[in-house]
Amino acid sequence: MAQDLLEEKDKLYLERMNQPLVHGDPSYHEVTRVVSEIVEVRTPKAWYIAIGITGSITLLLKMMIVYLVANGIGVWGNNAPVGWGWDITNFVFWIGIGHAGTLISAILFLFRQRWRTSINRFAEAMTLFAVACAGIYPAFHVGRPWRAYWLFPIPIADHGMWQNFRSPLEWDVFAVSTYATVSALFWFVGLIPDLAILRDRATTKIRKTVYGVLSLGWRSSSEHWKNYEKAYMILAGISTPLVLSVHTIVSFDFAVSIIPGWHTTIFPPYFVAGAIFSGFAMVVTLMVIARWVFKVENFVTMKHLENMNMVMLATGTVVGYAYATEFFIAWYSGNPYEQFAFINRATGPYWWAYWTMVSCNVLSPQVFWFKSMRRSIPVMFVISIIVNIGMWYERFVIIATSLHRDFLPSSWGYFRPTIVDILTFFGTFGLFLTLFLLFLRFLPMIAVQEVKGTIATDKH
Amino acid sequence: MALIFPKQLDSIVRLAIPLIGLGVLAGIGGAFYITQPDVLEPGYQPEQPVPYSHKLHAGNLGMDCLYCHNTVDKSSFAAVPSTQTCMNCHGQVKKESESLRPIRESYQSGNPVEWVKIHKLPDYVYFNHKAHVTVGVSCVSCHGRIDQMVEVKQVANLSMSWCLECHRNPAPNVRPVELVTKLDWKPEGRDAADIGRELVAQKHINPPTNCSGCHR
Amino acid sequence: MIVQIDPVKQTGKKYWRSLEELSNTSQFRQWVDKEFPSGAGEMLDGNSRRRFLNIMAASMGLAGLTACRRPVEHILPFAKSVEEQIPGVPLHYASVFSLGSKAQGLVVESNDGRPTKIEGNKKHARSLGAASGFAQASVLNVYDPDRSQVVLEAGKKSNWAKFAEFWKSQNLGDGEGVRVLTTANISPTLAGLEEQFLAKYPKARFVEYEAINEDELLAGSELAFKQRVRPVYDMEKARVVVSLDSDFLLHDAAGLDTIRGFARGRKNEHEISRLYAVESNYSTTGAQADHRLRLKPSEVLGFAADLAREMGALPQGLKILGQDGKFGKWVKAVAKDLNEHKGTSVVLAGSRQPAAVHAVAALLNSALGNVGTTVEYVKNDRPAMGESIGKLSAEMGSGAVKTLLVLGGNPAYTAPADSGFASNLSKVGSVIYLGAEADETAKTAKWHLPQSHFLESWGDALVDGIASVQQPLIEPMFETMSAIELLAMMLDKQGKTVELVKAQWKLDDKAWRSALHDGVIESVKPESVKVAADAKAVDAAVVAVKKPMSGFEVGFYPSATTYDGRFGNNGWLQETPEPMTKLVWDNAAIISPKTAEGLKVVQGENISITVAGKTVNVPVMILPGHAENCVSVALGYGRKVVGRVGKDVGVDVYPIRTAAGMGFSTQATVAKGTGTHNLVTTQEHFYQEARPIVREATLAKYHHEKNFATAEDEHIDEYSIYGYHKYDQGNQWGLVFDLNACVGCNACVTACQAENNIPIVGKDQVEKGREMHWIRLDRYFSAEGEHSDDPQVVYQPMGCQHCETAPCESVCPVAATTHSPEGLNDMAYNRCVGTRYCANNCPFKVRRFNYLNWHKDMEESMKMVSNPNVSVRMRGVMEKCTYCVQRIQEKKIQAKVEGRRELRDGEILTACQQTCPAEAITFGNINDPNSAVSKLKKKDLNYGLLKELNLKPRTSYLAKLRNPNPELA
Repeated sequence: MAQDLLEEKDKLYLERMNQPLVHGDPSYHEVTRVVSEIVEVRTPKAWYIAIGITGSITLLLKMMIVYLVANGIGVWGNNAPVGWGWDITNFVFWIGIGHAGTLISAILFLFRQRWRTSINRFAEAMTLFAVACAGIYPAFHVGRPWRAYWLFPIPIADHGMWQNFRSPLEWDVFAVSTYATVSALFWFVGLIPDLAILRDRATTKIRKTVYGVLSLGWRSSSEHWKNYEKAYMILAGISTPLVLSVHTIVSFDFAVSIIPGWHTTIFPPYFVAGAIFSGFAMVVTLMVIARWVFKVENFVTMKHLENMNMVMLATGTVVGYAYATEFFIAWYSGNPYEQFAFINRATGPYWWAYWTMVSCNVLSPQVFWFKSMRRSIPVMFVISIIVNIGMWYERFVIIATSLHRDFLPSSWGYFRPTIVDILTFFGTFGLFLTLFLLFLRFLPMIAVQEVKGTIATDKH
Repeated sequence: MALIFPKQLDSIVRLAIPLIGLGVLAGIGGAFYITQPDVLEPGYQPEQPVPYSHKLHAGNLGMDCLYCHNTVDKSSFAAVPSTQTCMNCHGQVKKESESLRPIRESYQSGNPVEWVKIHKLPDYVYFNHKAHVTVGVSCVSCHGRIDQMVEVKQVANLSMSWCLECHRNPAPNVRPVELVTKLDWKPEGRDAADIGRELVAQKHINPPTNCSGCHR
Repeated sequence: MIVQIDPVKQTGKKYWRSLEELSNTSQFRQWVDKEFPSGAGEMLDGNSRRRFLNIMAASMGLAGLTACRRPVEHILPFAKSVEEQIPGVPLHYASVFSLGSKAQGLVVESNDGRPTKIEGNKKHARSLGAASGFAQASVLNVYDPDRSQVVLEAGKKSNWAKFAEFWKSQNLGDGEGVRVLTTANISPTLAGLEEQFLAKYPKARFVEYEAINEDELLAGSELAFKQRVRPVYDMEKARVVVSLDSDFLLHDAAGLDTIRGFARGRKNEHEISRLYAVESNYSTTGAQADHRLRLKPSEVLGFAADLAREMGALPQGLKILGQDGKFGKWVKAVAKDLNEHKGTSVVLAGSRQPAAVHAVAALLNSALGNVGTTVEYVKNDRPAMGESIGKLSAEMGSGAVKTLLVLGGNPAYTAPADSGFASNLSKVGSVIYLGAEADETAKTAKWHLPQSHFLESWGDALVDGIASVQQPLIEPMFETMSAIELLAMMLDKQGKTVELVKAQWKLDDKAWRSALHDGVIESVKPESVKVAADAKAVDAAVVAVKKPMSGFEVGFYPSATTYDGRFGNNGWLQETPEPMTKLVWDNAAIISPKTAEGLKVVQGENISITVAGKTVNVPVMILPGHAENCVSVALGYGRKVVGRVGKDVGVDVYPIRTAAGMGFSTQATVAKGTGTHNLVTTQEHFYQEARPIVREATLAKYHHEKNFATAEDEHIDEYSIYGYHKYDQGNQWGLVFDLNACVGCNACVTACQAENNIPIVGKDQVEKGREMHWIRLDRYFSAEGEHSDDPQVVYQPMGCQHCETAPCESVCPVAATTHSPEGLNDMAYNRCVGTRYCANNCPFKVRRFNYLNWHKDMEESMKMVSNPNVSVRMRGVMEKCTYCVQRIQEKKIQAKVEGRRELRDGEILTACQQTCPAEAITFGNINDPNSAVSKLKKKDLNYGLLKELNLKPRTSYLAKLRNPNPELA
């Protein structure tokens, strides 16, 4: 009868809250067991094979970088007028992917989106690895990498001068490094309680030691939990603006320049949306595989996947809107160079890239309007991959097509990637996946303690 | 399995972490320090093929720098003198001296004496002696009291910031042109900097501090 | 003073150097070969295997395998000091550069004994202080590692002593069967020796041959004037200029004074001259024309004759090209215009046109009373070269020639195809070839003697009554001799060559010294000869010429980069874009779009051109504005026996160049050929897309709309969040390009390359868009009729614009490019980390990035040409035009030393400005209202590019004006 006092919306709210986020209502212990065992069982052959493959691809990446450093940027396709090619394209691509993680863990956490719990660990890991891949490009796209440290404001006595703080590239240095640091911290803090579990379950000395060190003497005392919650909340608070700032600033690299097609104010929101878009796509791609391989369907449920698909649908549409706006502004500005830049995108030598981008990013996610599609594993898997391709093209289109034909027709040119470009990009995937495999092998891929928190407590 | 890390460890760790942090900082600081031009550059004092003593020639005998380094006010290089220049005197003085053998040999064979370069600037730095000497920047400002050195050694660190120091405030290093080679110059009763300031004003000396001033 | 790096102690000085050395040891290679499947080196985008090795080298580097010892450098002063030689202070010597039968006075800069930079000689009437691209680049040949360095006997290494023996040993008797083939001999000293040679060997004979000669011009003058004279023009006085297939702004220019005069005639915006160009190939002259008529080479005579008849200079007769239609209209209009400008007009004929055309031109000039005003005639006794080499070859064929002495020129490559010279060489007893390269001729010669560069040897030149002394700047780099020295040796003359030259001119010491100082011999004065035209003879000659063929014609023109092939191994020139097509490292068959349609070929597809049974396969370059049904090909490519640079570059078209058709052949058959060839240009897009880049108007329009150049610039309110720096103190450098003067000759490009140590990158890198030129000549089809078959062409010199609010500066993260108080956009290479952001953000795309180490495989000798006052940029840094900041600083320091505060206007010349024959470039202090540059910037023609971006460029342009004839509009 107390029920009657509740208002309608409260009822609804309760219902939502009581919808199980994990299926097959496992006991706390089960949660612990299922997740922990993934790390504890004898390393399966498949894992060795997998890491063997990704490892050698990573080696290829190293080879390519060394070759690059030994010979110069000329081994890439970059030229005049296209001074940036795949290098910055890939940088933005990876940074973009790196967005979902922090978004899911931080923002959704602050918004009390409980469904995030079973995927945030996974997504954050992805963030870190993506940022690691991204970091390679700004470091090695410079002509003299051994001088790249000049980008950091260390007082080099010999020079007696500072960096140029007006340069967006300089802003990037800070934005990206801050982002990397904070997300790493955030991720690690979240890991501590679970690491403690692994430590306690550990059977070998090595594991006990390693996890012991990593878990920093966590003993689940209420004191610990109190501090933990506080720290986690604070970090979430810090990360949230970063999610927006990083890609905003990355977009400044272009927006602040004067090149038609770059010089536009819509970039920050457009880039952030795009980043979340691609980030979620990548999470879905990997999650679909992971939950199937590691049999964690109960924790990573269709609801999670569906929510992510919805986010993709939303952000995808935002991106589509941005494309349209760009054209409108170009026309509305009455600036012939601006107008040419966009007509050239759609109809110039790179038309194919442009239309690939549009169809991948704007059209493909639209299928998620249909519940059946949202909930179909194969569909979402394919779409998520298409979106990733599309988002890579978006960056390529922005960079290459704007540069290859700017103000003076006399200096117009064309960009063709070299095999080194291609292998380097391919290599970064090797690195990304290698790190991921290591993560899956040695760390709990699902935030055990948090998931427990989401299990309805009444029956215990 | 027993706990490896006892509870007491916490306090130790709490202590250790900041210590480690300090250690790291110290390391960086150290690395930074030893790469300072002030540490790396000054004091370079290679052995020369001929033990030529500036102290003796410029100091005791009071020879003018320009006698040997005669292009210093005509060229960007302060040319090391040709063997001929040495022989002008040593044709008569110390004809037999063992240590002068390389000079004599060079003079006969016509092969140059291989002096070791001490003051080195990178190839992309275009320092011009003429421009400095002729406005009253003394040798001593960069080379120190050569006239007191038996073996010449580098005193200044010759780093960019060191150059800029003077280019931003030349007064302390400007003196009447005729005194540039007078390494021990001390104006009576007046502060050298004041004289410098006057000269800077009167000669409109404004050294470049932009890139192309020195890099071309 | 030489600062030398001790090679032994140098490990670790440069991070990579030690590793690369390491990576080239043989064991290391073997190891790599084991590690990597063969061909792995090639997998990487055309980069050489050697580069691939660096991967491993560098990975060791990552393993921290470098020493970091302080390198020991040595100072090596002279043992005995050299007179006038102050280390670090360049010296300048006057000399002269001879090309064919033309000569150009030079002033050559020598840095510590190395000739590094060539400038024109103000005192020389054919130079006036300017220097052509060829002259500029010729300094590179001094250091060419592929030069002939030793005497070769039948290809075997030998020496001069052995040759001297041989020479003495052979019994030449009275010189029966002795022939000496020289290049155009404009050296009186050499001529003097020839006389003595003939005195010694009376039956011997001298023959002159140049592939690019003035046979027809001189023959024409003989027809018209009954004497061999050559016209010398005063283009500045000419108000109406008619070019009969004459590229007088490039190949047909007697000297750079022609260009300067013409440019001056175009500069005065109140009254610019009018140029009619009648030509087949689109030449730089055609680009300047107010009216251009596309005709097949053979039809030019028709036009000339019709014109002469119209004007009554020739007796009336049947008009060859007909009364009506385009030609008729043209003929009438031009005739009228010429008649209205008696004495202030000039008619020029192109050297590849037959004698008759030259005769008509001469006739018209005298009929118009131009002789004495715009044109003068001076004696010229060069023999008919095409003919004489034919004779010589015949003699050789008949076995009559026992000894053939060839003094330079590579005739085996350049001789007319039907003369069979190359094959007849084998029939000669002994061929002695003095040549700078081991080339086609050297290959067949019994003795190949290495020839000295003109900067290594004494000599002289006398052309059009202008005498100049050729003064060496450097001892021969190798065991070489000049033609003069060789003849002197053969006549066993003792003593120095300089004495020979001195003796030749009979000058007292004072006069000699001033001759050396000025570069010209004052006592010798050009004297023009009286001429009287013989209209009848000319008419006869015109009628004698067969009617134009209806078939295909192929025209030959000297290459703008290799001339007749002699510069084939000169990298600077090979990478200089051909002025009209912007083609590099190649020649091509230039045809019009319609003709291409007809032949069903596209750009880069080969066409086969057959003349007199010989066929060549040449890739097609399609150029709107080229005449229909004819092909133009550049000579001087496809050298077979040549150094590394010139190897497999372009197609040799000499095989289809017969004695009868040296200029052009009417007997050509052209068809779609086999295969394609990758033609690389530095500019792919020739249209302006209706953007206000090159702004131009007709004189008429300009007169009632004076501000047309800036009329459409939109007003922008100058707001900046950083606030503007006030550039109003001291020197404020600025530059103006005068589009009316620029003739697109490329001299500035080469001058810049030489002055600023700009590397060459090779064809494949240019294709990738990585050429390094700091100044480029953008070539557009001008706005009107952009896409028609008959477009007008405009040039626009483009270098760093030194924007006051430079977009490149704000984006550089390490502040490697910043602004100087004097308004220069400084670029500190040593601070640059190479993000390329600045290049991306440069709206003019004038920044150049060192994508690879362009100096890596550079021979030591080549490094000697470097300008010591400009850093050689390493791989991975950005570079661009600096307004020759090294020159600015030098002069500023000089002024300071002299106690001057102000610099004189024109005291500082940028390299491009100094060498520009057209005076199209003016540099100076825009803060001084009286400086030349600020005066130009005040002109209403003055405009800056992309004003709407608020860049405030320091470089501005004077809008282009044309002066069309209303009757042809």
